[in-house]
Amino acid sequence: MSATYILFWFLSALAVVSALMVLFSKNPVHSVLWLIAVFFAISGHYILMNAQFLAIVNIIVYAGAIMVLFLFVIMLMNLNKETEPRKNIWMKLAGAIAAGSLLMILVSLVGQATELSHRNLLMKDGDIGLIKNLGKILFSQYVVPFEITSILFLSAMVGAVVIGKKD
Amino acid sequence: MPIQYYIILSMVIFCIGIAGVLTRRNTIIIFMCIELMLNAVNLLLVAFSKMHYAASLNAPNHATVGSEGQLFVFFIMVVAAAEVSVGLAIIVMMFRNTHSVDANFLNRLKN
Repeated sequence: MSATYILFWFLSALAVVSALMVLFSKNPVHSVLWLIAVFFAISGHYILMNAQFLAIVNIIVYAGAIMVLFLFVIMLMNLNKETEPRKNIWMKLAGAIAAGSLLMILVSLVGQATELSHRNLLMKDGDIGLIKNLGKILFSQYVVPFEITSILFLSAMVGAVVIGKKD
Repeated sequence: MPIQYYIILSMVIFCIGIAGVLTRRNTIIIFMCIELMLNAVNLLLVAFSKMHYAASLNAPNHATVGSEGQLFVFFIMVVAAAEVSVGLAIIVMMFRNTHSVDANFLNRLKN
């Protein structure tokens, strides 16, 4: 068992356990902290696949910006206590059964798919994930979607201000 | 590493996100579970991009094969950031009107 496999299993276990803890923790602040752990585990997977640009962007954008925004909102609303009303136990059971059966169907589908049976992925080599290659493609072939993205950000900013301002 | 490992890992994270959306009532937790589902999809896209790169290693011009997948992940992150800003503004406005973040308050649009 090589070091790549050991790291893969460690990061996968970290991601799955932290994702479950996001669900099961009653305090929303704890949920945010567990979600940050999930993002760090997924960034570890990106580094394992040598997608260095996405690993750094994942940490900066998700764990750095979006989660801080969530924490700000939770602290502003003073929600850091267990005030969530009890949901019907049958509704919870129905949700868990629905998600579990979807997972079962998807896993059995992947197990049967013959197109995927001998496909491997390149783990720690290959330089398509480096900033140099991604930047070249982003600013030559995909420059129009990139600029449209900036318009999307501007409209999201205007929308957030319009929705959130006190009238 | 076989591609099935990454597919199953992303599916597990995605289904945890679905279970969270279906079972929790706090709107912020529901929103965080949507972020979890987006991240599962991102992980799978990067894994498929590396799979296509590995499959075309012996092709003549293989230098950029599969990089579209990673660019798509970049755009998904951008859309997620925009979505979070608008969605949290909506949650703040809802909290200001109802003094609660319970999702059941939203099941009636009237009054």
